[in-house]
Amino acid sequence: MSTTEVKVLGSTGSPFVMRAVIALNIKSVDYELLEQNLVVKSELLLKSNPIYKKIPVLIHADKPICESLVIVQYIDEVWTCGPSILPSDPYDRAIARFWAAYLDDKWFPSVRVIVLTAEGDEVKKETLQQVATGLELLEDAFPKCNKDGNFFGGERIGYLDIALGCFLPCLRVIEKVHNLKLLDEAKTPNLCKWAESFCSDAAVKDVIPETDKLIEFAKVLIAKIKARPSN
Amino acid sequence: MAEEVKLFRTWSSPFPLRIVWALKLKGIEYETILEDLQNKSSLLLQYNPVHKKVPVLLHNGKPILESLVILEYIEETWKQHPLLPEDPFEKATARFWARFNDEELLPSIWNASTKQGKEQEEAIVQVEENLKYVEEELKGNVFFGGETIGYLDLAFGWLANLVSVLEEVTGLSLTASGKFPLLSAWMQNFSDAPVIKECWPPRDKLIIRYQAMIEKYTAVAAPK
Repeated sequence: MSTTEVKVLGSTGSPFVMRAVIALNIKSVDYELLEQNLVVKSELLLKSNPIYKKIPVLIHADKPICESLVIVQYIDEVWTCGPSILPSDPYDRAIARFWAAYLDDKWFPSVRVIVLTAEGDEVKKETLQQVATGLELLEDAFPKCNKDGNFFGGERIGYLDIALGCFLPCLRVIEKVHNLKLLDEAKTPNLCKWAESFCSDAAVKDVIPETDKLIEFAKVLIAKIKARPSN
Repeated sequence: MAEEVKLFRTWSSPFPLRIVWALKLKGIEYETILEDLQNKSSLLLQYNPVHKKVPVLLHNGKPILESLVILEYIEETWKQHPLLPEDPFEKATARFWARFNDEELLPSIWNASTKQGKEQEEAIVQVEENLKYVEEELKGNVFFGGETIGYLDLAFGWLANLVSVLEEVTGLSLTASGKFPLLSAWMQNFSDAPVIKECWPPRDKLIIRYQAMIEKYTAVAAPK
C-alpha cells in the first residue's frame, strides 16, 4: 500500500487531528500529513469536507472521512491486523463511546474557552469548574475501565485514551499560561499517572506538540478573535 | 439465562424513540419505564448521573447512555436485522450524518421554531441548507439504509414525526414547502413502516406539548 493512499488533512497543534494520527500510528499505517492553512482553506479540504470545512479529514483511497471520532472508529475497522482501538466487549465499547461523546459535547467547549483566554484576562470560575468536573468524572471512570492496565483501554492505548489524551497539550497550555493546576497528584492521581503513560507511548510521543509552541499558536488565534469580534 | 432489557423514556422525546424502533426492528422484548422529566425518578438519576436524561437502556442491570451509543450497543449485542452497513466507509458515513443530525440539523430546526425576527430568518436559511444536504444523502434510495430501515433512518426518524408538528405549531414551512421531494418521500415511507407506525406518539398530544414548549421559549426570549 503506497504512502499516498492514506492522507490526513490536518494541522500540528489540533487535538482532533492528533486523534487521527495516533490511531494510524497504533495500526502502523503509513500516511501523509498535509498541513492545512485554516484561514485560506485549500480546495482539497473544501471538497473533502464541504459540510464543516474542518480538519481532520482522513483520505483513504481517495475517499474522505470526517469527524475525528468517526475517523478513529473507521481506522479501527479497516486495519484489523493491528491492535484493536475499541474494546471488544459491547458494554465496554459503549462506556468508551459515552465518555468520548461527553468530552466533545460537554467538556472540551469549556477547555477551549480557557485556552483562548489571553494571559492576564479573567478565567471565569464556572468555566474552570466545568473543566475540573470533567476531569473528576474521568478520574472516577478510570478504575472502572482500565482492568488493572495503565490505560482506559487496559494494557494498551484505546479509544477513550485517544479521545481524552489529545487534550493533554491544551491542559498544559492552560496550566502554564494561567498558572492553574488541572491535573493534580492529590485530586486526580489516576489521571496524572495515566497522562505520563499516554505521553510516553510509542504511538503518541512523536505527535504531542510542545507546550510552548501551542501557547504561541493559541496567542495567534486569540489575537485573531480579538481583531474580528463578529466571529 | 433470560435477558433483562429495560428502557427509560418519556412518551414523546425523539431520542428514546430511536431505541424503541431499534429494539422493535430486532424483535427484542423489553420493559418500558416512563419518566416524567419534571420529576425524575431516583433510578434514572442513579443510572445517568452525568446527564440525568433519557434514554437509558438497562441490559441485565448495566446502563447504557446516549441514544447513538445505545444504537451501536444494540447493533453489537443483537446481530439479527443489522442496522449499520458492513462496509467501514459506509458505516463512517452513517455515523457522520447521525452526528450532523444531532449537532446541526435538529438544533437548526429548533432555532427556526423558537427564534423570532432576523434570528429566525437566519435560522430558516440554515435549516434549508441542512435539509438540502440530507436530501442529497438519500441518493435516490427509499431509506438511508438502502432497501430497509437502518441506523441513519432511526437517527433522522424524528423528522418524519416532529417536523410537521412544528410546522403546524409555528406556521413555518420547512419540508412542507415541497423543496425536498426525496426527503418528503422518505418521511412518508418511514412513517408508513409498520414497526415505526405502531410506536408513533399521538399527534394531538404532540401538538399540545410543542405548542406549550415553543410558547415558553419565545416568551422568555432570553439568549440561550
